[in-house]
Amino acid sequence: MSTGYQIVVLGSVVPDPLQTLEPAQTPQGPGLKNELMLPHVLDPWAAHALYEAANLAARTPGSKVTLVSLGPKAKLQQVMMAVGQKVPFELVALDGPAGGFTDPHEVAARLAETVKALPGLDRSRLLLFGGWESASRGAGVTLQLVGERLEIADQFQGVDRLTPGEGGSFEVLERVEGGKHQVSRCAGAPAVLGWATGELGEPKNNPQIGMANMRGVMPALQKAAPAPVGTGGVEFLSVAVPRAQRETRIVKDMSPDDVARELVEWIGQD
Amino acid sequence: MATPALKAHPDTLRTLPGDDVRQLMWRFAERYDLQMLVQSTRGVARGPVARLVAEGGRNEHEWTARKNELLAHYDASGITAAFMEPEEGGFIAGPKNLALALAAFELAWVDAGAATGALAGFLGLSPIHERGTPEQARHYMSLAAPARPGEDRRPWRAAFALTEPIPYVGVDTGMLSGKVSVAEWKDGEEPVLRVEKRGRFITNMGFANFVTAAVDTADPRIKSSCLVILEETDPGTFDRGTPTKKLVHQLSSTSDPIFSLRVPASRIVGGYTVKDGVIVPNFDHSEVIEAVFRRTRVTVGVMTSAKLLSAIEPVIRYQRGRFRGAEQAAPGSVRYELGIQQREDALHRLVEVWAAGEAGASLGFATARLFDELDPLEKKKDAALAAQGVSGMKATLKWLKALEQKGLELLELEAHPRGEKQEARIAELRADELVRFALLDAQANVLCPATKLWNTGVGASVMREAVSLMGGYGITEDCPGFLGQKWMDAQLEATYEGPEAVQRRQLSVTMANPLFLAQMKAWVRELRHVSGAHAGTGACALASAMELWLWTYRHLERSTDADGARLVQSPRQGVTFKLADALGWLMAARSQILDAVVLAEDGAPVLGEAHAGTARFFADLCHVQAARAAGEVGRICAELVHGYNRHPSWDAEGRAACWSASDAEALEGIIPGLAGCSADEIAEGGLPDKEGPCASCQGISDFRTLRVKIDGCLTGAMLAKDRAAEALSKVMIPEALDYPQ
Repeated sequence: MSTGYQIVVLGSVVPDPLQTLEPAQTPQGPGLKNELMLPHVLDPWAAHALYEAANLAARTPGSKVTLVSLGPKAKLQQVMMAVGQKVPFELVALDGPAGGFTDPHEVAARLAETVKALPGLDRSRLLLFGGWESASRGAGVTLQLVGERLEIADQFQGVDRLTPGEGGSFEVLERVEGGKHQVSRCAGAPAVLGWATGELGEPKNNPQIGMANMRGVMPALQKAAPAPVGTGGVEFLSVAVPRAQRETRIVKDMSPDDVARELVEWIGQD
Repeated sequence: MATPALKAHPDTLRTLPGDDVRQLMWRFAERYDLQMLVQSTRGVARGPVARLVAEGGRNEHEWTARKNELLAHYDASGITAAFMEPEEGGFIAGPKNLALALAAFELAWVDAGAATGALAGFLGLSPIHERGTPEQARHYMSLAAPARPGEDRRPWRAAFALTEPIPYVGVDTGMLSGKVSVAEWKDGEEPVLRVEKRGRFITNMGFANFVTAAVDTADPRIKSSCLVILEETDPGTFDRGTPTKKLVHQLSSTSDPIFSLRVPASRIVGGYTVKDGVIVPNFDHSEVIEAVFRRTRVTVGVMTSAKLLSAIEPVIRYQRGRFRGAEQAAPGSVRYELGIQQREDALHRLVEVWAAGEAGASLGFATARLFDELDPLEKKKDAALAAQGVSGMKATLKWLKALEQKGLELLELEAHPRGEKQEARIAELRADELVRFALLDAQANVLCPATKLWNTGVGASVMREAVSLMGGYGITEDCPGFLGQKWMDAQLEATYEGPEAVQRRQLSVTMANPLFLAQMKAWVRELRHVSGAHAGTGACALASAMELWLWTYRHLERSTDADGARLVQSPRQGVTFKLADALGWLMAARSQILDAVVLAEDGAPVLGEAHAGTARFFADLCHVQAARAAGEVGRICAELVHGYNRHPSWDAEGRAACWSASDAEALEGIIPGLAGCSADEIAEGGLPDKEGPCASCQGISDFRTLRVKIDGCLTGAMLAKDRAAEALSKVMIPEALDYPQ
């Protein structure tokens, strides 16, 4: 009997945050200006989940990491050239839009179908990882919806640490209000874990890992099934990016203590 | 020149070109190993390298601990292993010229010194890789490979010691002061050599564990010069020397080492044989160097082009934001939104920088790909020579001459309408790998020095223009994109691994190869064909410029100057070097056009609705560059064709050699432009001030026709520049540069 986890990470691509992100109406619905021309990265929240998954798999013999990604195939390929060098994983790709305006229910349905269809899936070993938020969509509901569709009752959001315990159990550190963590103990898989930042740095690129990954990544991209998810019938009347607000004040002859006091008061306003 | 039709393309560049565009243009869309190398190298360049530059790491000549940390980053990211075969610890199988060019491009995008430092190890290993014995290659390549997981060892670093202190400094292979002699040679044992070598400007010397050093024989028991491998633990002196006080490339370690060592004769690169009591190295040092520099010079050329292209984004950002914050530039006003980009000149000059950068990159990567194709063919050629028992320089040259004839036959057959019989022969010749070798070899012998010469020489001048577009900011350490440092660095790139004069000299020889000249004729046809399918790329103008260059070369080849001295001969560098300069412009612009054509033909599936505008923009850049190239070639050729005729004295005899204005006008129909050269004003005293061109036009009517044709081919070039300039004022750029400043 095989041991270890089957860790399925759900994550897609988002435009590089350094780019100018300007909402625009496109023939396919709302999107970002020149979205498909912008360089993309793996959604940072999903990236944390992927690196944590690889770390857990490395510490738990017999584990395997599968990244299920729904996004434009061409962009997925570009992103894989960097992400594919960081940690070992298998890719299952779905070719469809990955923008912030796609309907999470439609996306969740396709992702859940894909997870169910993974060869050799063993629910008793399944950990479903993803970001608890997304750089393209702040709602962070897709992962939860996939968990519901897969009938996984144990869901943890804002996870910063997972520690395996005895008999397949594990301890989870979840973010709660006030910068604190909640500690939960779970009897075992299956479970959904929406990761916050986790505790790992971004792994360095390693071309040897990349070459090993690419043997599976390239065929997976070639046979990526179309997944034409839409907006779920939602009509967007207007969209805008949050305005950055900067209030600059030049003060002279103010003591460091006074500056600190004012900062604390300002933070306390929220 | 069907440029008016281009008005039908209102779409233009939307964002700065991304990896998908570059992979297509530079032909590595199908190579995920190279795509990963690019990403990996970029992570190092825009991470630790950029941080070190931003923190002032370039302000010291010494090889500091912070600089030394970069080596670990190069190892971890696969840059060090990019040169190795998979069985040696690398991850890229097959020839690696394009791989190294891409790595150099990514590093030089931020700092060319880092690129030099990262790649200099390859330069040190190259003699062993190219000409070493199998044992030497296996031993040193595996030592230089980064440690595998679980391995506890530090990779060995290599340096290449050729250049020596003045008067021997340089790559003139005929001058070497470093010496090798026999220190000890016991009967039946391997000889021990004494090596005395002083180096100058040797990269990687701050940390190299071994050095491949060029030395001449100082002993009748050693037949020729050679390269020897020196290790830091060899008995004797392995003095790393004083750090060179470079003003540039401070992220590479450079010093002037001194070696006085005893080494076994097995360290001679490529091995040796003993004949009549004399050690005969299998390769003399110039043979090894030729094989090494032939490839590594391409990456240097690519570095300068990377810097030009890296300047585009920071300059656009600077231009647009130039007036923001001023009372007179209210948000929403044209001045606020466009800044200096309101002005045509600022945009036009930036277009020229971008076009030159594109041309250089295209030429460099085309040459790197060419070497990737050539490398295995060269091995097959060597195998064929060995199988046929051909050895010695004379026999080899004779064998190559026969191959050259086959290549010429193929080109001739391809150039003319043909029947079934000829088609069969064409197919036979095309299938012959040795013929293919001969054709590619002739190209490579020109494209390599052309890349080094044009990319770095012209690139340095254009980089100055990029710096000037940033105003005073450009020459400060705070300049985004480190443009000032990049400008200074470009001068070193034009110098090391063979300065411009060396490249011109090599070109002056290789461009005379009949196989190259015949291929250039074929390229004229190729460009005419391209201009039919892709009007507005400047292909037509470039084809005309190539024709002019070919005509000029042929003309000068059989011409003499006013004193009867032959014009095309080795000492006449005023002729041959200028032709070499002109050739660089042509080769770069051709590569650029071919890359733009690939983007236009294959880019739609990748770029979608942005394809038309992106392809249009790159075609416009080609047109701008082709016009500039044609202008340079026309100027250079005109100087050479006319400049060696003696200006006549304005006396009766001299006047007899010129036309009268009426004669010139009558000849205008035959030689367009002739009448424009004449004036028939009568000066005080009755002597005409000027009547017709002073130079004799005998035999050069074709030249005038070709020259005038080029002028006409410039049609639409400024419209292309206008379009490209407008695109630069609208293109979307990121919010900030993706590396520190």
